Order: sequence, then structure tokens, then C-alpha cells
Amino acid sequence: MVNYRCNEPLNTLSFGCERMLFDFNSEKPLYMQLAEAIEDNILKGIFVEESQVPSTTEVSVNYKINPATAAKGVNLLVEEGIVYKKRGIGMFVCSGAKGKIAAKRRSTFYEKYIVSLLEEAKKLSIDKNDIISMIEGSN
Amino acid sequence: MGLIEFQNVSKNYGQVQALTQVSLNLEANKIYGLLGRNGAGKTTMLNILTNKIFPTVGQVLLNCENVTENDNAQTQMFYMSEMNLYPEGMRVGQAFRWTKEFYPNFATDYAHSLAQKFGLSTKKKVKALSTGYNSIFKLIITLATNAPIIIFDEPILGLDANHRDLFYKELLAKYNETPQTVIISTHLIDEVADILEEAIIIKSGDIILQQPVEQMLQSAYTVSGEESKVDEFAADKKVIHQEMLGRFKSATIYGECHSEERELAASLNLDITSAPLQKLFIYLTN
Repeated sequence: MVNYRCNEPLNTLSFGCERMLFDFNSEKPLYMQLAEAIEDNILKGIFVEESQVPSTTEVSVNYKINPATAAKGVNLLVEEGIVYKKRGIGMFVCSGAKGKIAAKRRSTFYEKYIVSLLEEAKKLSIDKNDIISMIEGSN
Repeated sequence: MGLIEFQNVSKNYGQVQALTQVSLNLEANKIYGLLGRNGAGKTTMLNILTNKIFPTVGQVLLNCENVTENDNAQTQMFYMSEMNLYPEGMRVGQAFRWTKEFYPNFATDYAHSLAQKFGLSTKKKVKALSTGYNSIFKLIITLATNAPIIIFDEPILGLDANHRDLFYKELLAKYNETPQTVIISTHLIDEVADILEEAIIIKSGDIILQQPVEQMLQSAYTVSGEESKVDEFAADKKVIHQEMLGRFKSATIYGECHSEERELAASLNLDITSAPLQKLFIYLTN
């Protein structure tokens, strides 16, 4: 499992402190973490729309998790219309999946990132203007 | 009704009661973890199931048939026992052939390919194998029997990290291809937690919990931060483990983490993480 946990979505790595606020990623059940990891790869364009995603067998064997857990994670994405099953072939990324995931994550962006960003900034006495100039500087 | 049913099984060794009215239902084609401390009764249960010893009271059924002295039931199961039952001087390859006599579905080619992957020489004498390779030898035989029920007793005893990794992957690859009922008896819990579907916790001859692992993991969580804040958070909760590092404290709490707890933790500036199964196990079996 070490491999998989190191492979967690970037958001938990870059904003380590926000977990105590709204993101309970490390506390999430394995199947949810798996679903999020697949979503991340779709967002990053590693799993392209209408292309095949790894099968539950591949996920189960590679990450050493129970196939029922792997299937639960994938089914979560099926329910949300992000991947679909082609009978006898495997799981594929739905067209429009990337937009769907982006829309879902945009709605939680403020709570997940901005709130924790401001929280950390407060601890470090970085004021709003400093943050804004940092953001502008990074562009 | 389950595939395997323990019905009120007790076992006494003289004055010592090893199992006390154990009732248990196992379904087909799931991976179960039988978890308990040394001497909890894990092996006694498996020995009764596989007809090595008899229950003092009660019975164990497989597909509704009593397993005791029942050849038909026994050939459905393969138990990787802690004991070495192979004749003195037998070589690994011979042991494969010998096992096929008793388990006709034994996959000889598969056994040889596993031996190669693990670096086990089939020409070696079984008695001459190191502790690690003795475990590997028994793991390979168990995986290759193709019995509908396979039972591992402390499967990773003496295995190095690479071989443990290989074992988990091979077990899951086999299970994904042809589902079997798998029972893994161990006290190395965090290692197997992710591959189990259900965990059975046994303590002093008593089954104290049988639950899907996912559900079990959600019955506890760890909260950490500044000592006084953690104490404030935990004041009305059941703390099952705590650690201190200066003024930093982490407390593992038995109970589910609802939004109420999350909000309180957030307002106290505390971090919430999941609790490892091993910690929960230590608490439950202490």
C-alpha cells in the first residue's frame, strides 16, 4: 500500500495543513481514495476520454487491495457517469468526464484550498496583499 | 446460510478451554482474516475445521455437512499448516507430485512457475529449506491446490519484504482469476488489512468481532494537535491509545467520526487521520 498512499492526489501534499479543516483525505476509505486517484489521472489527461482505465483486477493486484474494494471505487465513478463498462472489454472514460470532474472540484475549491491557504497565512502573519502578490508573481 | 458454519463449538484441552461456544458463518469466495493474539484459539479453530482435532462440543459444517471425519468435505479445503507434514528427504518437485495425488486439481505448471518467481529450487529437499523458503514452499502448494477453500496460517513467517509483496500479488492475481474462499490467520494485521474483505477477531477462545474491514476501520480515528486541545476534544470520548511528543499529543478514539466531531476538531485546530487496524486490534484484544 505504500506505493498507493505516496501517490495521493497532489492537493494533500501541497496543502498538508488543510486536512484538519475540510479535507479528510487520509481518513477516507480506500475505495474513495482510489476513485479520486482515477479522477486525478483523468483530469491530468493520463486517462483520456473514451480510453480504457485499468481493470479492477489490475488495480487489485498492483496496489494489493481486495478486489471488492477496487470494484467499489470504480463503481462510484460509474454512478457519477465518469467511467462506463463495455461488456467483456473493460472500463472506459466517459466523454465529458473531465469537465464533470472539474465542475465537481471547482465547487469545493474554495473550501478545500482557499480556506486552508488563509488559515496557514494567518499563522505565518502573511497578509492578503502578500498572498495576492505571490499569486501574481507565480504567473 | 454460510459456506462454513461453526455452531456452538467449544474445545477443551484438559482444564484449559481453548474455544468457548464459537459460532461463525463464512460465505463462499471472500477473503477472510482470522486475527487474534498468540494463544487466542486461531489454530484450534482451523484444526477443528480441517479435522486435525475434534471439538469437545458443537459442530462445524461445510455446505451443511459436518466436516469431522468427512473426506468429501476435507478435500474441499487445503490448510497450509504450521507443521511440516511432508516425508523426510522428499524434494520440492516430488512434494508437488505427491500433493497432486490427494488434490487432483493441483496445478503443477503453476506451482513450478511460482517456484521460479520466488527463486525456490524444486530439486532441494524440503527438510533443507530455510524458514523463509519453507514458508514459500507451503504457500506455493496452497495456492496451486485449487481447492475451493484455502487456509493460510501465518503465511508470511520469515518472508522478506520482496517475497511478501510477491505473495500478496500472486494471491490476489489467483483470486481475481478464480475466486476461492481464502482464510488468512495472522497477527500481522496492518500488512494484510487491505487485501481482506472481512476480519474476524478472536480473543481468548471467543469471537469478539466479525465485520468488513472497511467498516472496522471507520470505528476508530486518530486526532492530534496541542495537548490541552486534544484533551478537550477527547474528554467525553473513549480514548484507546495515546502518544505524546512534548506538547504535541495524538489520541486514538473508538467511535465513528461524524461531522460534529470534524467541526469540533477543526475549531480546536486538530488534525484527524484514520486509525490503523492494528491499534484497534490491540485495544479490542487487550
